[in-house]
Amino acid sequence: MDLVLSKESIDNIISALDEDVLRAGADCVLLVDRSGNLIVNRGDPANLDVVALAALSAANFGATAEIAKLIGEDDFALLFHKGKNENIHFTKVGKGFILITLFGKDVSLGLIRLNTARVTDTLIPILGGEL
Amino acid sequence: MSFIDLSKNEVQCKIVFYGPGRGGKTTNLLYLHQAMTDSVRGKMVTIDTKGDRTLFFDFLPLALGQIQGLSIKIQLYTVPGQVMYNATRKLVLKGVDGIVFVADSLKVQKEKNVESLENLRQNLAEDNVDINEIPLVLQYNKRDLGGSNIPILSVEEMQEDMNKELQVPWFSGSALKGDGVFETLREISKVTVKYVSRKLLSR
Repeated sequence: MDLVLSKESIDNIISALDEDVLRAGADCVLLVDRSGNLIVNRGDPANLDVVALAALSAANFGATAEIAKLIGEDDFALLFHKGKNENIHFTKVGKGFILITLFGKDVSLGLIRLNTARVTDTLIPILGGEL
Repeated sequence: MSFIDLSKNEVQCKIVFYGPGRGGKTTNLLYLHQAMTDSVRGKMVTIDTKGDRTLFFDFLPLALGQIQGLSIKIQLYTVPGQVMYNATRKLVLKGVDGIVFVADSLKVQKEKNVESLENLRQNLAEDNVDINEIPLVLQYNKRDLGGSNIPILSVEEMQEDMNKELQVPWFSGSALKGDGVFETLREISKVTVKYVSRKLLSR
């Protein structure tokens, strides 16, 4: 399946990410597909190689999906990696996409989870309604 | 899966270097990375594992300029060649738009080449992709060993083994020295962009 997004769809994705994720205090948010293509990135990705982050995140998600299968699950809906200062949160969006959120130690994980869950519902119809 | 961003007029395609273990897939990417300027290449990512074998994948993004107002971005991936890492290969193949099959010219690798190509056919089929439909280019690597005392396969033999039915473009190469590497990339980029745009037009 190939994905073609119009300017209007991209604008809708951007405003949803800005409103729901960046306003919750995230430093940066990326929407990528599961084959590793970067679709949109928002926030302040200074010095961040977003293209590599997209590819590695897709691979990470794929690898953990295999772990999920070993324990009888299809895949995991979210992943969270905690660093000293920066954290990263991955949420599955439909079947084919991943939302990657980077946030600092002062931002609550609960708030990020709540807001990424909300934005996921907005993104799915824009990305072709694949649930 | 290719992705077309109409707000930036940009196409992103995924090209995977496939082939038997120790055949030179990573060496192809390393050569491209070294030979290209910063304006074209992105950062090469190699997942750090012990030893020189690829356990997960290598990744190199390239910006190849514009075709009819669309900027072409290509992401090159390699897969681990060893037979036992098939789950990883399937993962990296997900959403592939074009494939370079790097075959090893060493005589002792004759069967490994054929096995790996068959493995590619099966993995693609599991994802409902027909090996005869998807852009594919063969590279017969390590041709520089011809004339040394290491026995290598003739190009005719390799054609007979791998390309008799497929009938896809092929190149002789030496990834270590860079021979044929750019030719391979040029051909696979061309056929992949054509394939992706043809799919787009038929939507």
